[in-house]
Amino acid sequence: MDEHSAAFPSRPPAVEDEWSQTPLVPAETVAGRALAIVIAIMTFLAALTAGFAIVLADASRDWRGAVGVEMTIQVTPRAARDIDADSAKAASIAAAFPGVAEARAFTRQQSEELLAPWLGAGLDLSQLPTPRMIVVRRDPQKKLDEIGLRAALDAAVPNASLDDHGAWMQRLDTMAQVVVGAAVAIFVLVMIAMALAVGFATRGAMAGNREIIEALHFVGAADSFIARQFQFHFLRLGLRGGAAGGGAALLLFLLLGFLSRQWTTSAGGEQAEALFGSFSLGWSGIVAIAAISLTVALIAGLMSRIIVFRALGEFYDVKD
Amino acid sequence: MVRFENVGLRYGMGGEILRDITFDIAPRTFQFLTGPSGAGKTTLLRLILLALPPTRGLITLFGKDSAELDKPGLTALRRKVGVVFQDFRLLDHLTTYQNVALPLRVQERDEASYRSEVMELLGWVGLGERMHVYPPVLSGGEKQRAAIARALIMRPQLLLADEPTGNVDPSLARRLMRLFLELHKSGTSVVIATHDLALMDQFDGARRLVLGDGRLHIYD
Ligand SMILES: Nc1ncnc2c1ncn2[C@@H]1O[C@H](COP(=O)(O)OP(=O)(O)O)[C@@H](O)[C@H]1O
Ligand SMILES: [Mg+2]
Repeated sequence: MDEHSAAFPSRPPAVEDEWSQTPLVPAETVAGRALAIVIAIMTFLAALTAGFAIVLADASRDWRGAVGVEMTIQVTPRAARDIDADSAKAASIAAAFPGVAEARAFTRQQSEELLAPWLGAGLDLSQLPTPRMIVVRRDPQKKLDEIGLRAALDAAVPNASLDDHGAWMQRLDTMAQVVVGAAVAIFVLVMIAMALAVGFATRGAMAGNREIIEALHFVGAADSFIARQFQFHFLRLGLRGGAAGGGAALLLFLLLGFLSRQWTTSAGGEQAEALFGSFSLGWSGIVAIAAISLTVALIAGLMSRIIVFRALGEFYDVKD
Repeated sequence: MVRFENVGLRYGMGGEILRDITFDIAPRTFQFLTGPSGAGKTTLLRLILLALPPTRGLITLFGKDSAELDKPGLTALRRKVGVVFQDFRLLDHLTTYQNVALPLRVQERDEASYRSEVMELLGWVGLGERMHVYPPVLSGGEKQRAAIARALIMRPQLLLADEPTGNVDPSLARRLMRLFLELHKSGTSVVIATHDLALMDQFDGARRLVLGDGRLHIYD
């Protein structure tokens, strides 16, 4: 497999090497390092895109998971109504409703605590017309008839409103879809660019090895055999470039994961974590990047094969 | 096994280099293809090899119309024909042994299954000592013999040799000719293109296909 084993006249092979099957197309004549670097960079970009998409998709799933099981009922204060009574009533209606696991009304004191960071401590909320919150936790095993719950609340406590975070979830969904869609588009573009680069390199390699191809034809080689001689090199280049690019992307994600863990222990890190998750790719991400690297190598091999076949089809006359 | 009927050929827009060529090459025959330099000997061999499509006329090879051959058919045909090019066309990055074994290797046969066969043939053409040497190191005569060995390793039914004695001294030329005759006796049809009249005179009885002014004259 070592490309330098394609020994040249100036360098006689070692004795045990004498019978070894020298590649029919010398590795030196096939675009080597430059193409491997191009493939590595392309793989890196593709893996990076896929990695970020996976991290973001995971994070958005986490948000949705957290948000999706909770709803809130907001009881707004009205003149001539007892907000404590309304709040308790709404909570009991919700708690009794099928599909609800728990409904917990925030007491005045809890509401004050909730608002304290914004309004300052030691506040007497009874002076202010603050709404009361009831946190409703769904029972994930059962279906909840949201419209029914809304109607029941409306009938009993007209100043209560149910918020199921639907709009927020909708936006989150859209955003996740856009990000994943963009990632797929970038991935496809990068793969096309790489396939084109391999195609050009294959044409170059064939032009440079025209005499070898002719000789192979005349000794009775089928096109598929000739194609395989080229494919071998490009598959290997693809494997090498893909491994380098994918490996670099993995390292970067490991580093980012490490840094994000450092941040979370510091102030302000929680927001970042909330947004991006813990930045760990997880097994699915590692598998995805490995699959991308392998795909890259396969595309390189396949592309060179297609180009060789096409070029051999045009190849009838021989050079004089 | 080869049949030309009214074959004509021109390169690009030029005039016809070959005109109304009609001939047969029967199994187990030996013939010279001759004519002055530039008469079209190499061109005619390339037509037989289907390395070049004829401008007009019909070429039949092993009973098949050349115009109707597909790629696998062409490959199968080339495996029945051994060819020695004027410029050898050995692959410089392969050893003499690997060059001679190439027709077997492209059929994806296991190297161990043909090694002794190739070594025997190399011994027969006198290259036993040179099998691990690369072509650029070989002398003209050694390259010639390597090219011949490569053409013979598949035991072709038809051997085409283009000026096979053009690069060698007279005594080696005679040895190579004896080799071709031996091959002919063992059942192969042989076509030797040469403009060397002295060489042909040594094999007086052989059939001659003579090219001149684009036409072919046959002397049986
Ligand atoms: N590829 C080519 N393109 C154009 N003309 C060619 C080509 N090959 C050969 N010729 C011309 O065809 C004629 C016959 O050439 P060739 O078959 O090589 O003759 P020979 O082998 O008898 O010396 C020559 O005039 C040569 O210049
Ligand atoms: Mg010639």
